[in-house]
Amino acid sequence: MIETAGVGAAQDLEIAEICARFGNDRHRMLDILLDVQEARRWISPASMDAIAAAVGLTRIAVEGVASFYSFLSLAPKGRVTIRLCDDIVDRFAGLDAVVAAFAEELGIAPGETSADGAFSLEYTPCIGMCDQVPAAMINEVVAVRLTKARAREIAQRLKAGIAPGEAVLPGFAELGVQERVRAQVENNIRQAGEVLLGPVMQDRGLQAAMAMEPGAIIDAVEASGLRGCGGAGFTTGRKWRFAAGTQADRRIVICNADEGEPGTFKDRVMLTERADLVFEGMTIAARAVGALEGIVYLRGEYRYLLDHLHAVLEERRARGVLGQGFDIRIQLGAGAYVCGEEGALISSCEGLPGEPKTRPPFPVTRGYLGFPTVVNNVETFAHVARLLDQGPGWFHAMGTERSHGTKLFSVSGDCERPGVYELPYGQKVRDLLALAGAEHAAAVQVGGPSGTMIGRDSFDRCLSFDDLATGGAIIVFSSQRNILEIVDYYMSFFVHESCGYCTPCRVGNVFLKKAIEKFRKGQASDEDITYLKELSGTIIETSRCGLGMTSPNPVLSSLENFPLVYAALTRPSKDGVKATFDIQSAIDGARGIAKRRSYIFDKDFSK
Amino acid sequence: MTDPRKARVATVSLAGCFGCHMAILDMDERLIGLMEKVEFDRSPLTDIKTFTRRCDIGIIEGGCCNEENVHTLIEFRKNCDVLIALGQCAIMGGLPAMRNAIMHAAEPLRECLEEAYISGPYLRNMTRLIPNDPVLPLVLDRVYPCSEVVDIDYQIPGCAPSGDIIYSTLATLLDGRFTGFDREDIRFD
Ligand SMILES: Cc1cc2nc3c(=O)[nH]c(=O)nc-3n(C[C@H](O)[C@H](O)[C@H](O)COP(=O)(O)O)c2cc1C
Ligand code: SF4
Ligand code: SF4
Ligand code: FES
Repeated sequence: MIETAGVGAAQDLEIAEICARFGNDRHRMLDILLDVQEARRWISPASMDAIAAAVGLTRIAVEGVASFYSFLSLAPKGRVTIRLCDDIVDRFAGLDAVVAAFAEELGIAPGETSADGAFSLEYTPCIGMCDQVPAAMINEVVAVRLTKARAREIAQRLKAGIAPGEAVLPGFAELGVQERVRAQVENNIRQAGEVLLGPVMQDRGLQAAMAMEPGAIIDAVEASGLRGCGGAGFTTGRKWRFAAGTQADRRIVICNADEGEPGTFKDRVMLTERADLVFEGMTIAARAVGALEGIVYLRGEYRYLLDHLHAVLEERRARGVLGQGFDIRIQLGAGAYVCGEEGALISSCEGLPGEPKTRPPFPVTRGYLGFPTVVNNVETFAHVARLLDQGPGWFHAMGTERSHGTKLFSVSGDCERPGVYELPYGQKVRDLLALAGAEHAAAVQVGGPSGTMIGRDSFDRCLSFDDLATGGAIIVFSSQRNILEIVDYYMSFFVHESCGYCTPCRVGNVFLKKAIEKFRKGQASDEDITYLKELSGTIIETSRCGLGMTSPNPVLSSLENFPLVYAALTRPSKDGVKATFDIQSAIDGARGIAKRRSYIFDKDFSK
Repeated sequence: MTDPRKARVATVSLAGCFGCHMAILDMDERLIGLMEKVEFDRSPLTDIKTFTRRCDIGIIEGGCCNEENVHTLIEFRKNCDVLIALGQCAIMGGLPAMRNAIMHAAEPLRECLEEAYISGPYLRNMTRLIPNDPVLPLVLDRVYPCSEVVDIDYQIPGCAPSGDIIYSTLATLLDGRFTGFDREDIRFD
């Protein structure tokens, strides 16, 4: 018993040390839990007690956070956790064989942890490597372009006790911080545009901003016509003006690097190649609105970028362009799509479960810890730095009437050249498909699952806020693909990612998925189409945040653009009896209990 | 021209409490006027137990909790032009469907029957057995609303629905001018 007490005390010391590292601050709960998870491979009840004591919260408050995020676990995980992206794009690229190879080598199925505590195998939604699938995370190391053979090889090295980095890339340990990033993941920049991916002069935008009054910076950003690149497309200048105009002692600038929308990976490339420009844009925003604190919310899946980003920040501090008043910290996420929604993102930064907040108040008036907060996408900040350097007129001249400048598109799926394309707003879908070698596309998912699924008759539509808006995801599907399989997968994504606060989103998406399954089984009738539309309408109308308001989009846009797919699968019921009702399975349990057969439905009931 | 024949109405109580049939009688003296236009065919009200001819309207009380309910419901669908689910049990499963909540057990049906006949704290069951006479229909895995088993044309809400809503629905259906329910008529008490 003395030994257990000794171990317990030592454990508590380690946790106390982790909590102390974050000032015993309850608002840093997510950081604390991530470190505990890394040290112990799970968040045990005893750990939760210790954390609660250190930060002055109840145990249930700690558990509320720990149970919310999928990268935190309430049961012991393996020392090495392999998370395979199970997105539809990975499935189409041969995920099954990769899973089978890992499962066979490690002796565990997805969802399991090996008995010796060495390995866990899991599925996870899109990890932002859609241009190099199938992809997986092995602890924080990213492995791309997996094949059966490569999965076997990696698993064997892991079993031999080789660290994940070395197991994926022999020689990993000798590489420098930035080299590691580039060795793990390809950039696949296919088309560099004038604003972001072409040649860029360092800190020129910031120099220009330093010579301007804060109000003049906001004027310039507004005059450029820049709209947010995270999906919603709100005018950036207006957002900043609201934040600057709210009376407050503190203001905060947050960069949204959660990039959770399946099919989106352009922020990954920006953070790899243009991190300086992103931080420069944040620093300009801070000057414009009067903020001293900046936070980059980096999705947990991009943990492999963390050291690199810290190095860039350190280097900016050394150059004197950061840390003189305004400074930036990086908040790591923990595997929750909804944390990309700005309210949920702020909750997460505050150390709470990543649940959206009721709006209004909007973050620009009451955001992080109640202070005015500007949340912008990674790409948006980079645009800001460039347009201050080159002038708002230069930026405004590119693009279309209501969408100015260039946009990054992440193209993946059935195409020859998946990767990132920087193009002025207003390109036809057809032109982008031609660049990507996807002329034979049969369907394109514009903007990811929450966006719009279009067919060939819509390929002349334009990529801009006037027509097809997108945060950047362009997922291509050939005529080999089953539309309803895709819709079914996207609904399972939303079912998995709903935070559960609103019943229509938590339950309604499950019902939508079930209805789609009915079509796939050929059991649907005409009235199921009406049901899909009505239920979708209810979910959109009654959900609190953008997740629920967009989650029926895969259903609605495929119904609109692929009506024949649905029509071909509906049939009137036979004799008015529902195809989904199966009397045999309904009475099977009772047969077993009564130990006799049915005198109505079993012809040979007397036997 | 000959007089148009009276509309033939069939009714049945499946997994219901007969309250919805009582509610049919709540139409009170309006029944007399209605009877000039309809005649009851297969129904507990006439004690006719099988279909001998096609009916215009079938009215179903209660959902399906056993195989006989399913069989009867399918018979109704086959023999009636228009099928109406009357009351919450027919529409949603209602009170009997409370047993559907026992869904997380390994064998939900067995657990339900054991609690009802063997292990429940307020039981007086001298045999200590789950009833299993061969004439008893097999119980379904869960209680199904009618619309999960067959196509249903109309659903009259309420537990029990008021005599008013039953009357106005039947009267307007017979005249071919049914357009939906009056909000005030939808009550649950
Ligand atoms: C469910 C959901 C997920 C989101 N995910 C992201 C994301 O990963 N990255 C992002 O920049 N914006 C995301 N957004 C949009 C943000 O809420 C917010 O509008 C955006 O960060 C604002 O920046 P912008 O104006 O520069 O686009 C998401 C929104 C919702 C509803
Ligand atoms: S809409 Fe969905 S994700 Fe958004 S708050 Fe409601 S339940 Fe959560
Ligand atoms: S709906 Fe109400 S009145 Fe009608 S059968 Fe069910 S419990 Fe009885
Ligand atoms: S990494 Fe699998 S779809 Fe994005």
